[in-house]
Amino acid sequence: MPLIEISNVSKVYKIGDIEVNALSGVSIDIGRGEFASVMGPSGSGKSTFMNIIGCLDKPTSGTYMLEGTDVGGLGRDELAAIRNSKLGFVFQGFNLLPRTSALENVELPLIYGGVQAKERSERAMAALKKVGLGGRERHHPNQLSGGQQQRVAIARALVNEAPIILADEPTGNLDTKTSVEIMELFTRLNAESGITIILVTHEPDIAAFSKRVLRFLDGQLKADEANA
Amino acid sequence: MINIPWTGRLAFRALRVNKMRSALTMLGIIIGVGAVITMLAVGTGASRQIAAQVQSMGSNLLIILPGSTTSGGLRMGAGTQPTLTMADADAILRESPAVADVAPVLSGSAQVVYGNQNWSTVITGTTPSMINVRDWQIASGRSFTPDDVKNALKVCILGQTVIDNLFGDADPVGKTVNIMNVPFTVIGALAPKGQSTMGQDQDDTIYVPVTTAQKKLFGTPFPGMVRIILVKAKSADELNNAQSDITGILRQRHHIGPKQDDDFTVRNLTQMMQMAEQSTKIMTLLLGAIASVSLLVGGIGIMNIMLVSVTERTREIGIRMAIGAKTWDIRLQFIIEALILSMLGGIAGIILGVGGSKVLSAIAGWPVAVSPLSIFLAVGFSAAVGIFFGFYPAYKASLLNPIDALRYE
Ligand SMILES: Nc1ncnc2c1ncn2[C@@H]1O[C@H](COP(=O)(O)OP(=O)(O)O)[C@@H](O)[C@H]1O
Ligand SMILES: [Mg+2]
Repeated sequence: MPLIEISNVSKVYKIGDIEVNALSGVSIDIGRGEFASVMGPSGSGKSTFMNIIGCLDKPTSGTYMLEGTDVGGLGRDELAAIRNSKLGFVFQGFNLLPRTSALENVELPLIYGGVQAKERSERAMAALKKVGLGGRERHHPNQLSGGQQQRVAIARALVNEAPIILADEPTGNLDTKTSVEIMELFTRLNAESGITIILVTHEPDIAAFSKRVLRFLDGQLKADEANA
Repeated sequence: MINIPWTGRLAFRALRVNKMRSALTMLGIIIGVGAVITMLAVGTGASRQIAAQVQSMGSNLLIILPGSTTSGGLRMGAGTQPTLTMADADAILRESPAVADVAPVLSGSAQVVYGNQNWSTVITGTTPSMINVRDWQIASGRSFTPDDVKNALKVCILGQTVIDNLFGDADPVGKTVNIMNVPFTVIGALAPKGQSTMGQDQDDTIYVPVTTAQKKLFGTPFPGMVRIILVKAKSADELNNAQSDITGILRQRHHIGPKQDDDFTVRNLTQMMQMAEQSTKIMTLLLGAIASVSLLVGGIGIMNIMLVSVTERTREIGIRMAIGAKTWDIRLQFIIEALILSMLGGIAGIILGVGGSKVLSAIAGWPVAVSPLSIFLAVGFSAAVGIFFGFYPAYKASLLNPIDALRYE
């Protein structure tokens, strides 16, 4: 059973009388431990696709099975629980809580997951160490560089030991050198911990780190290629 | 599973970010709770004082003063002409079925000497009924007997203040004191009564038989003259009957024609105190209205600020939702924030209210008493306001769509 099974998923946004087909009839399976990148021009439906996989949005039609569960039938709080335990998010704009230390940002998923204080900080510290930020746990986001902030976000995605990390243009706000460092971190996490990683990027250099490339155009999945 | 202590810390942090805004938001609650505390302190203080006065005055009491309030169109003021007599008092007791007891009083101030101690105090000449009329207690010794009065014996009963000043800790009963150089035997001591309505020390007095006061101490312009007559009605319901009986009896006895004004005045103390109590109640209600309006305004202020806060933090809410915050995680975060705002306001309000009542009692001389109940009430009210007015913003926050919230700029 594949980790992610998407069959004939469409997403239609209605703005007044105009209908936008953000996704039309997308079907794809992604297995455990894969490292896939999603490419395509702006407005091709990449983010919509990621939001559906991330249980942040629901398809207009089609089905999405996550670890064999049909996500379409779940309520708000059940989806929140799935996001908490099975999915880690990394965003282009980092999306860390301001005025909150790196440690507390990383602890956040554990708090919503009901983990006790002591175990929480131990696990958060371990996650920070894993992304190379040991010793920075007291820093607030505004005291960290873009690359460091993105590492905190990755630690936050890791801390609950979620099997999937979704990253929508994670290097979009970073310089080339830092982008490479972040991609090396993803590669390491995929190789060492077997975490399934799906990331959106415009840049072939970034996509080159992944093992599989999904190409979108006008809401359709146009190509599904293995990377050499 | 919701982590309350952590949510509380989170709320404090959010409130600290906008210190000024948080403080201003609390103002309504501070004023509201301050008013509640002050109102209850004044109300409790006043009713305690009234209760104490009723106790010390005796219940169902009427006071007859000589002189009329108006005389030939001219206000004379009660107590100006001596018109009341012992016989009037006897007639009232005899003829009015509504009257339980009467106590004629003739008083004056005098110097009292015991050994080398002396003390200036009020000498009250009265009858054994006095004790009954005013619901007083004899602490030691005995009260007057009718024989004491009939024979104008030189016996006296001392108030606690007089005992303290003349005898210290020694037992006065059986000793002899000199009042205006006349020797009197102390036959009893009164239980302490404290201050009266007017703030006088009611224990600073000596009681002697009224006849003794008339004949041996003060003298009278005509025989049997008394200064006032105290009347105890049989019950509160009989007060009005007693009052009209007294008026009828005295008008007849004083030969007052139908067109003439009374040459005496009857005062109903219970009525006066009920009036005082009534005005206290009205003031309490007024302050209560101010307090509830203020709490309402404060609550709306909290709701307003919380709505602003939810909008400002839409993105934060989106992040939390993406990471796994459930409906009640988000709701509780904002409800606890509103609760902390209102509770901090409440605590500041309690401090303001307690301070305010102290100032009121110092400046206006009102008796105030801050009761623990009013503090509980204030805390309860501010908590209720926080939860009630915090719920809608929290509810709104919890219904946000996670992706829309995440995209919010
Ligand atoms: N919330 C929305 N409301 C209306 N249209 C939307 C919304 N989100 C995305 N779209 C539209 O759907 C299409 C795909 O958007 P998106 O998935 O964000 O593209 P990409 O991430 O590839 O740039 C675009 O045409 C976009 O305008
Ligand atoms: Mg996008």
